[in-house]
Amino acid sequence: MTTTQNGDIVSLHQARKIYQMGNQQVRALDGVSVSFSRGSFWAIMGPSGSGKSTMMNIIGCLDRLTDGHYALEGQDVGTLDDDDLSERRLRHIGFIFQSFNLIPQLTVQRNIELPLYYLGWEAEESAARALELARRVGLEERLNHRPTELSGGQMQRVAIARALANDPHLLLADEPTGNLDSATGVQIMQLLEELYDEGKTIIMVTHEPDIAAHARCRLHMKDGRVDRIEES
Amino acid sequence: MKQSRFFRNIALGIENLLLHKLRSFLTMLGVVFGVGSVVAMLSVGEGASKEAMEQIRKLGSNNIILTSVKPVEEEGTSTTRAVMSIYGLTYNDFARLGESYPAVRSLAPVKLLRKESRLGSRAMELRIVGTTYAWFDLVPREIVAGRVLRAEDEERFNPVAVLTEYGARRLLATQSTIGQKIRIGGDTFEVVGIIKSESGQAGNMQIPDQDVDVYIPLRVARRYFGDVYTQYSAGSRIRERVELHQIIAQIDDIEHVEATAQAIERMLERFHRKNDYEISVPLALLRQAEATKRTFNIVLGSIAGISLLVGGIGIMNIMLASVTERTREIGIRRAIGAKRKQIIIQFLIETIVLSTIGGLVGIALGVLTPVLITFFSGMPTVVTPLSILLPMIISIAVGIVFGLYPAANAARVDPIIALRHE
Ligand SMILES: Nc1ncnc2c1ncn2[C@@H]1O[C@H](COP(=O)(O)OP(=O)(O)OP(=O)(O)O)[C@@H](O)[C@H]1O
Ligand SMILES: [Mg+2]
Repeated sequence: MTTTQNGDIVSLHQARKIYQMGNQQVRALDGVSVSFSRGSFWAIMGPSGSGKSTMMNIIGCLDRLTDGHYALEGQDVGTLDDDDLSERRLRHIGFIFQSFNLIPQLTVQRNIELPLYYLGWEAEESAARALELARRVGLEERLNHRPTELSGGQMQRVAIARALANDPHLLLADEPTGNLDSATGVQIMQLLEELYDEGKTIIMVTHEPDIAAHARCRLHMKDGRVDRIEES
Repeated sequence: MKQSRFFRNIALGIENLLLHKLRSFLTMLGVVFGVGSVVAMLSVGEGASKEAMEQIRKLGSNNIILTSVKPVEEEGTSTTRAVMSIYGLTYNDFARLGESYPAVRSLAPVKLLRKESRLGSRAMELRIVGTTYAWFDLVPREIVAGRVLRAEDEERFNPVAVLTEYGARRLLATQSTIGQKIRIGGDTFEVVGIIKSESGQAGNMQIPDQDVDVYIPLRVARRYFGDVYTQYSAGSRIRERVELHQIIAQIDDIEHVEATAQAIERMLERFHRKNDYEISVPLALLRQAEATKRTFNIVLGSIAGISLLVGGIGIMNIMLASVTERTREIGIRRAIGAKRKQIIIQFLIETIVLSTIGGLVGIALGVLTPVLITFFSGMPTVVTPLSILLPMIISIAVGIVFGLYPAANAARVDPIIALRHE
C-alpha cells in the first residue's frame, strides 16, 4: 500500500493490535482504518482503554501491528526491523509525553541534544541547535539546569524542544497537558498551535474537550475502533 | 568524524560515571586490587628469578663445573691425628678431560691454597688460586691494571701473580704495585696484574671472587707448594692431599653440554672409588630455574585470573543494577531513536571505562608497591613492560566480557514498557 500521491503522512489500514493475555485476547486496536494528512492537527479522544496510546505507539514506530498496514510518509512500516524503526523515530517523529520523560541526570541542554547525538551531529552544532530551540520555548536561561529544578510546564517545554531537535514532520503528543494545571496547559497548547502554523503535523491524545478544541480535527476511539471523526 | 565520536562516547561515559562517584569508585576497586596485585607479584617474581638466572648465566651456560668434595666417611677418620685424607679431582682427571672429549673446547684447573704472604710491609694469609690462562677465558674479568696469566707463564714456570680487587684491597696494592715483588709462602712472585672482581655469590659451584686474593700459574703452585695442605685447628693437625679443587670445562656447543656432562660423570665414576667430586651444569640449573619460573608464572596467572574474575563480577553486578535503575532512561533513548547497538555501546563503554581506569590505578599501585618493597626490604624487583601491558589488556578485556551481559540486558528493554514504568 503505497499512498504517496495523496499526501497522507500517516495511513492505517485495517490496523489490528492484539495482546495475548494467557488464553484471553485483548484487542487494543481492532481494525482501524484512518489517514492523517500532512500539516493537520488531530486530537484523539475516547474512554480509558479504548486504544489511544496503542495507536500512538504504532504511529510512533515504537510498536508493530499484529495485522493490517501502517504507512508512514507513504512507506509501509510493517516489514521494517528494529533498527529501521529506530531510524524512523529518529528522523521523522518527535515525541511529547504526559510525564515529560526527560533524563533527570542530564542538563536541559543535553536533553535537547539527545536526538542530535544519535543523528551524529558534532558537539558545537548541536549546542547551537539546543540554544536555538531553548529560545524557541523560552528556556534559554535554563540550559544548564537539571530537569528536577524546573516546573512541570517548563519540563514539558524542554520535552517539546527535544521533540523538535531533529526537525520532524510529525509530532506525537500523548496527553501532553495531563500532568499540568489548566493555565500551563493552555501555554503548551499555544506552542503546539504555533508549530501547526509552521506546518508540522500534530497528533495529540487528550481527555479534555478544552484541550481537544485546539486541534483542527478530532477522532473518537471506542473499544479499539474508530467511533467517529469530526473535521472542522 | 568517526574518531571524535569515539572520544565523545567515552567522554559521555565518564560523565555518566561521575554522576555516581562513590559507586563508580567502589565498583572499580575489585579491578584496582586485582591488577595491582598482578603487577606487584609479577615484578617481585621477575626480580627474584632474574637474579637467580643472572648468577647462573654468569657461570656460563656452556660450562661444566667439577668440584672436589671431601667425602663424608673421610671426615670421620680425619679426626685421628696425623691421618692424611686424599680425595678430589686429580691431574689425571684433568688430562683425560682434555684428551677424550672432543666437545670440550677449553679447560681451566683450580688449585686452592692458603699461604702467609707479604707485600711491602703488609703480611697476611692470602687465599690463592693456582690455575692457567684458560681460567681467564672461561671466567672473563675486566683487567684493572697489567695483565692476566699467559700460556708462557705455565711453560716457563714464571713466578707471577695476578691480584683480584679483593686481594689488592687487603694488601693495599694499587696500580703502582705492578712489577713489584710479593712473597707467597717462602717464594717470591712478581705482581703482573690486577683484575676486577664480580660481586655477588656464585653459589657453591664456582669459587666466588671474594674468596680469592691472588692467581698464580698452576705449575708454579705445584712445584713450590706441592699438593698436601696442612691445617692446624683446635690443637689437631689436619693434612689433606687434593690435587685440583675445581675443573671448569667449556663445551663447544650448548647442544653438547648435557651429553658431555653425563659422559664425564661416567668417566669419573670409573676412576674414583669415593664420591669425592661434584658435577654442576649451569645449563641444567638454568633450565630448572626457567621451569620454576614458568610454574611460578602459572600460579601467579591463576591468582591474577581469579582476582580479576572477582573484580569483573563486581563490575557486572553493579552494571546490572544500573541497567535496572536506568530502565526509563533507556526507554527514552530508544523512543528518541537510539538503536539497540547504540544502547549496548553506551553501557559497554561505561563498563570498559570503569575497568580501564581501575586497571590504570591498579598498575600505578602495582608499580609503586615493588618500589617500596625494594626500598624497605632490599629485595630485587623488576617491572617489565609485559607485566604492565598484560594486566592493562586484561582489565580492558574484563570490561568487555563482564559489560556485555548487562549491556545486552539494556538493549532488550522495551521502550513502551520502560516509558510506562514510573
Ligand atoms: N502491553 C500490553 N499487554 C496487554 N494489554 C495491553 C498492553 N498495552 C495495552 N493493553 C491493553 O490494550 C488496551 C488499550 O490500551 P491503551 O493504553 O491504548 O488505552 P488508552 O486509550 O491509551 O487508555 P488511557 O486513556 O487510560 O491512557 C487496554 O485494554 C490495555 O489494557
Ligand atoms: Mg493512554
